[in-house]
This record gives sequence, structure tokens and C-alpha cells, in this order.
Amino acid sequence: MALLEIQDLHVEVAGKEILRGISLDVEAGKVHAIMGPNGSGKSTLSHVLAGRSGYDVTGGSVRYDGSDLLQMNADERARKGVFLAFQYPVEIPGVTTTTFLRQALNAGRRERGEPELDAMEFVKVIRRKTKELGITDDLLKRPVNVGFSGGEKKRNEILQMAILEPRLAVLDETDSGLDIDALKVVSDGINAQRSDDRGVLLITHYQRLLDYVVPDRVHVLAQGCIVKSGGKELALELEKSGYAEFLDAAAA
Amino acid sequence: MAMETKTVEELATGEAYKYGFVTDIEMERAPKGLSEDTVRFISAKKEEPDWLLEWRLRAFRMWKTMAEPTWAKVTYPPIDYQDAYYFAAPKTKEGPKSLDEVDPELLATYEKLGIPLQEQEMLAGVAVDAVFDSVSVATTYKKKLEEMGIVFCAMSEAVQKYPDLVRQYLGSVVPYSDNFFATLNSAVFSDGTFVFVPKGVRCPMELSTYFRINAAQTGQFERTLIVAEAGSYVSYLEGCTAPMRDENQLHAAVVELVTLDDAEIKYSTVQNWYPGDAEGKGGIYNFVTKRGACRGRNSKILWTQVETGSAITWKYPSCILQGEGSVGEFYSVAITNNRQQADTGTKMIHIGKGTSSRIIAKGISAGRADSTYRGLVRIQPKAEGARNYTQCDSLLIGDQCGAHTVPYIESRNPTANVEHEATTSKISEDQLFYCLQRGLSEEEAVSLIVNGFCREVLQTLPMEFAVEAQKLVGISLEGSVG
Repeated sequence: MALLEIQDLHVEVAGKEILRGISLDVEAGKVHAIMGPNGSGKSTLSHVLAGRSGYDVTGGSVRYDGSDLLQMNADERARKGVFLAFQYPVEIPGVTTTTFLRQALNAGRRERGEPELDAMEFVKVIRRKTKELGITDDLLKRPVNVGFSGGEKKRNEILQMAILEPRLAVLDETDSGLDIDALKVVSDGINAQRSDDRGVLLITHYQRLLDYVVPDRVHVLAQGCIVKSGGKELALELEKSGYAEFLDAAAA
Repeated sequence: MAMETKTVEELATGEAYKYGFVTDIEMERAPKGLSEDTVRFISAKKEEPDWLLEWRLRAFRMWKTMAEPTWAKVTYPPIDYQDAYYFAAPKTKEGPKSLDEVDPELLATYEKLGIPLQEQEMLAGVAVDAVFDSVSVATTYKKKLEEMGIVFCAMSEAVQKYPDLVRQYLGSVVPYSDNFFATLNSAVFSDGTFVFVPKGVRCPMELSTYFRINAAQTGQFERTLIVAEAGSYVSYLEGCTAPMRDENQLHAAVVELVTLDDAEIKYSTVQNWYPGDAEGKGGIYNFVTKRGACRGRNSKILWTQVETGSAITWKYPSCILQGEGSVGEFYSVAITNNRQQADTGTKMIHIGKGTSSRIIAKGISAGRADSTYRGLVRIQPKAEGARNYTQCDSLLIGDQCGAHTVPYIESRNPTANVEHEATTSKISEDQLFYCLQRGLSEEEAVSLIVNGFCREVLQTLPMEFAVEAQKLVGISLEGSVG
């Protein structure tokens, strides 16, 4: 049984079908990349997996760790280990990242029947994680994403992931808007978090992220369908020939 | 006239308001209704000197000629002032001399409210005066404060022990003729807190009064007076709760603050009177007059209020900046949910040269509630170089609530600098989803976002109470989303 099993998933937004029958298994320990042009349904897929409202699932199923994921609320999914790194992380003025993360971590710990961490214990967790990832903790004292640069926002997402230790991480265009140095930091952060019991779904437009985070499988999403799957070499192929042929294939 | 309230605990389970219980205790009350006899009864009960009775009677006669104000953006059915009790006190033979003599039922009540009055169990560094309905039932740490010359006691006790001080300052900031509710208070006020900090003394602990309305059909009219002599400092906090009842109850308090040269008073309020049920039945009418006079040079008054309770809040803690270089600050969080209404703000009256004021007001509306910021900044002709900065932010939750901002600015001196900023926003769906995706429930998410919105104000609270206030912010908004 794979960690995530998506079967023939159909999703509509405001009456328009965006995902038109997607099937995909993500096993624990593996990194799957989903590549596709703008408007192919990449972000819709990430939002549906995370449980955002406004998306109508009209067919198919999604199982996570053996349970029906679509029956769970967004917060329940998160507490059970589904993490979404946002393409556009949201600002929460007046709330420090530390406070936000501690509350998030404790919500998950409560769900698992573990004792909550107090402020001091939480600081220790942060120290350990930032050291492991080689990420500085300067962002943690600032209000969540407020006034952060694009690179800082993405770095913060990866740090949040490290602290929440999800079982399934969906990274939505985590490489977008990053310069090469920031891309390197973020990629290193992702690589450091690859582990045998964690499945990762990397959603990206560009191949360049995959130079740093080498996936086990690559899927091409076009017009709401997965039109081709392959090994890491598929990404290089795409880089050369572009998405044009897949768009034709999907339209046919 | 003694009567027994036979109410058993009616703690409604599953309700957000956890202070809604009733204490079963024998009460003594004034006859129902309001007349000169009522005023005389209260004054006699307190064994007051003649001048105070005269003052009360002047206020009462004046009140009879006054009309209830209607300019606030609140609506409520007419109040029948004859259909209420104006004095209710737990029955005791004599006033308690020490904590050991306080009725155990009362101690248990405060224990339940999270305000233990036994000194050994008390919050370190906080002295408490507990006011139950119309009287003060206990004051802690009195001895220790007395050694420093600080007076912290019930108003009725101060009238007996420090008549000259009381006479000098009572009504000197809020005169008995001030406004309908303050005048009513002047006639029938029953107790409250008196604080006097002598010259050059820095009060080493937070002083706190905990107001509790218990008796049914009873108004609470307390009067607080704080005087800080030259170079002194005191931080004072009041908290309030009341049982859940279907009727509306009137709370018309008056607070007067006086600071002399270089003195500072920090006055914080966490107001959590019963707000009424989700349909707007019951709840406290909180019609309060609070005003501070910065009489001395470089003196300072800082108001912080967290207003989460009451069916209706009508309250404008103000500063009269007389002393040269004096400073007034007002930090406010007003949360209204369900059918609550709040019309609150401040007045900063700049009289002296180089006076400055700062107003940070955060209004949060949810459900079908209405919240209004109403503020006045007045620069008098002699207030050379006066400065004011005002920031009003409103946050709306849902689409059936309202937020209104009514700032009045009157500048009569061309050298003055007055700034006003205002924003209105909603909790965005993006923010909520971001929090949910990290595992927070919807209620936790709203509480976190709102606490962030209020942070600037909550930070000004004494640390011991900031945590409580943060929790209260979350609880007040329960059921506001989803």
C-alpha cells in the first residue's frame, strides 16, 4: 500500500473541470515530481490534497495511509501529517513565526496523544532543526511571512516542514521566484528531509529544481491529465523539447 | 430588608461564558427603586459624613433633570430606573477585618473566578481588592503597601480613614454633574477602590480590583479614585465578570485618575461582563465614565482596555493633559460577537504646552455585532507644539457585522501636529487556510489571527494578565466562523 493513492481523480472549480482523471501513487521514501505548464492543474491538485474549500471532487478517490483523505477537514489532514508548502505563503501580522509554529506542532502532538511542548522545549527543537538544515533561525522572531522576501518565504516553508515532520509533503512551486543561491538553500533543506518514511510530491514548472532535488519519478501533467510518467531523465527531456507535444497529446 | 437569594448554581454547560454562575449568599439590599431615600439609605449604610451625603443628593437632584444620552451608536429598550436595586451587599454583622473573617462562600467564588484571595496562594506581586456587588469584600497585601505609605482600600473605608484626601479629589476629574450616568453614579455609588501613592513612591506591585456582579436586578455603581503624587508610579488593573441572567443589568462606574508632576498611572481593564446569549438576551449594560487628569508637568496616564464582554459598552477613557509636557496614551481592544454592541474610544484634551497623546484602537466585530470607535482629539489654544497620533484598525469576521470609526479632531493651535490613520480589514480565507493547513482548528486560527491583530495593545498589559487576555480574545470569538 502506497502512502498516497490517487485514483481517477476528477475535480471541478466553479463548474469547470480542472483535473480530468488523475491516478498516482506516492510511496513512503520516494520523491515524485509533477511537472506541467501553467494552467495544467498543478496547484489545483496541491490544494485538493490539502483540503482547501472551493474545489468539487466529482469523481475518483484519494487514500492517505489507508484512510479516505477526502473525508477529512484541512486541519485534520495537517495534524495527520499532510503538509503543503505554499506557492504564495500567507502573511499573519502580529503573530511571530515561533508562536505560530509551536501552536501548529502542539496541535499535531495533541492529535497523536503526545504531550505539548512548552516554550523552552520548543526552542530546543528549533535549535536542533536549524542546525540539521543549516538554516538560520532569524525568521522565527518575525511575524509570519510579514515583509519577507520571496526567498525568505520559501525558506520559512521548508523550516516549517522540518519542524512539523510531515509524512507526506506537497511542495507547490517551491522554486518559483528564487534566485540561484536561494534555490540552493531551499533544495538542500528539502534533501535533508528526505527519509524512508516520508513521501514527497514536488510540483514545479521548471526542471532546474530537479537538478538539486533529484526525483525518483517524474510525471507530466497537461490539461488536467497525467500524460506521461518516467524516471528522472524525463525531466531533462522536457527541458529540451518543452511542453508543446504533451499539450497536443492531451488535447487529442 | 435582608433577603435571601435562593439561586443555586446555574452554570450553563457548553456555553463559552465560564463565569456565569451565581453565588448563593444572604444579601442585604436597599428597597427597590431610586429616590432620595435610596441615596440616604446607602449613605447611612456607609456611615458617611454629611458633606458626602450632600454631594450625593446634589447629584441625585441634578440627575432627575437630565436625559439619557442618545448620541452613541447603540440601541436598547428604555431602562426603567425604578425597577432595580441600587444597593446589595453580602450580609455580615460588621465589615471583615481580615481575610479570615470573609465569608468562605465569597472566598470560594473568587477562587472559582481564578482570583484566589488567600495571600499565600496569590499571584506573586499583585494586590487585589475584591468588590462583590456593592461592596468591597477583601483587600490583600494591605499591610505591606501601608508600610510604603501607599493607600489601597475600599472607597467606603477611605471615606472613613482618609476623608480629607477623598474630599479633595472625589469629583475633581469627573464632577457629579458630568453626564447622565456619571451623575447617577455620584448619587448611588456604593463602593469601589481608592488608591493613593505618595510623593516619589514607586508602587512595587500591580494593584488590582476584581468586580463581580452577583445579585439579580441589581445595578453596580462603583467609584474608583487613584491619586499619584509627584514622581510616583502605580499600575492598576481591573477585571469584571457577572452571572448569566436573562435580564439586562446596569453597570455605571466612574473612574478618576490624578497625576501630579512626573507621576505616572497605568490603568488596565480586562472587561468580561456577561455579554448576553447568542440572540442578544440578557447581558450587562456597561455605561462607564473614566477620565484622568494629568495635572503635573511631564505626568503620564496610560489607559489599556480589553473589552470583550457586556451586551452594550459605552465607554471613553480620557485624558486631560493640563501639565506641560504631559502624556496621555490609550490602547484599546474591543471585541463584539453575536448581538453585542460597543461604542468606545477616548478623548485627549490637550491644554498644556508640549503635551502629547497616542491612541491605538483595535475593533473586532463578528456575528451580528456592531463596533464603533468614537474619539476626540482637542488641541486648546495654549497647547503649543502638542502632538497626537491616532491609529484605528477594524477587523471584520463574517458579513453581518459592522465596524464604524468616528474620529473628531479639533485643533485650535497651529503649531500642533495631529495624525490619524484608520484601516478596515477582514480575516482572509488565505490566512485561515494557511493556519488550518498547519493543523490549527478554525477556532484556534481565528484566535491566533485576532491576537496578532491586537498584539500592539495586549503588549501594554501587565505580564500577569496578558496571557489571560489572549485566551479571552479567543474565547470571545468562539462560534464566529464556520
